Amino acid sequence: MNQSVPTSTVEAATLQPGLQGVVADWSSDQRAFKNVPWGKAMMWIFLLSDTFIFSSFLISYMTVRISTTAPWPNPSEVFALTIGGKDIPLILIAIMTFVLISSSGTMALAVNYGYRKNRVVTFWLLLATAALGATFVGMQAFEWTKLIVEEGVRPWGNPLGAAQFGASFFMITGFHGTHVSIGVIFLIIVAVKVLRGDLDRQKPGFLTGRKGNYEIVEIMGLYWHFVDLVWVFIFAVFYLW
Amino acid sequence: MAHAEAHAEGLHHPATGQHAAAGAQHHEVGQQHPLGIYFKIWGLLFVLSTASYLVDYFHFQGYLRWFLILTFMLLKAGLIVAVFMHMLWERLAMVYVILVPPLVLMVLLGIGAIEGGYTFFTRELFFGAPPAAPAGHSVPAGTPGPAS
Repeated sequence: MNQSVPTSTVEAATLQPGLQGVVADWSSDQRAFKNVPWGKAMMWIFLLSDTFIFSSFLISYMTVRISTTAPWPNPSEVFALTIGGKDIPLILIAIMTFVLISSSGTMALAVNYGYRKNRVVTFWLLLATAALGATFVGMQAFEWTKLIVEEGVRPWGNPLGAAQFGASFFMITGFHGTHVSIGVIFLIIVAVKVLRGDLDRQKPGFLTGRKGNYEIVEIMGLYWHFVDLVWVFIFAVFYLW
Repeated sequence: MAHAEAHAEGLHHPATGQHAAAGAQHHEVGQQHPLGIYFKIWGLLFVLSTASYLVDYFHFQGYLRWFLILTFMLLKAGLIVAVFMHMLWERLAMVYVILVPPLVLMVLLGIGAIEGGYTFFTRELFFGAPPAAPAGHSVPAGTPGPAS
């Protein structure tokens, strides 16, 4: 363990900036990703693969939407809510968007307070993030129920128009909702670890056995921001098209 | 990128285990930035989301709608990745690994658009311009193959 300390200090001092740094990092010994916790680099690689999955969904959706001759239901009307006797278009989705963005904000703050080793604030921020995420999933459940029960939309067809609407909608939002749900579960796990002081005591994780460290808060944050990022694209191309 | 170097100095290396011994000043820092930047980005994301909602609310159509929607989408995505996910302060070696590969998706996007347009064209050609699907009868136009 100790032998690597000088290496890292020297390394940090000799890291080159810019494009030369890219070449130097990639042609260097052992690690290409300098100054980045290994778990964080791997989370980024995972998110890259997830990017391709969601992109495939969204591009397939685009293809079927272009190719259908049946009328596409207007999302603006389908996802409208009647509030105070007035139909407000797309309002449910707008609220969901704000909820998710707020959760991203609290997550970013949680990462910041985590590195300050402020356990209590980090815990509450993580819990707030999880609560907002759960709210989002709850609203999505409401949206699904409305579409399935009241409108009769199914993955294989729908009475409002093109059958592909149901297929794309349930697949894309379902996959995203699953990501959010998994995120909420892991947020709670990380929050508990933070509150118990596992990360300060470097307690080994129950699954990986690796030492506890506040970097896991940032890695958790990457995942969570990615979920928000995907929603940005879904919101734009599915709901606003 | 001057910012990046300042931060690079303070980052630690957990994978090789030296963070435990690397000295306090190395351990404390991580991706540490002033809180203000997060609040600013948070606010900007709210503004941009409101803007994209208003595009729908005011029923902008055509190219203007597309331009606005995609602009707001890319701005939001950029802000999230750059600041919330700290991409702005990472080393270029990693930034390129993460941000360049998704560009090949543009090819898939192009293929999908061409293919979709062609499928639509042939459907119109061979099945005729169908009347708007009657309520409760959605399957024919959507499914490829023996739909009539």
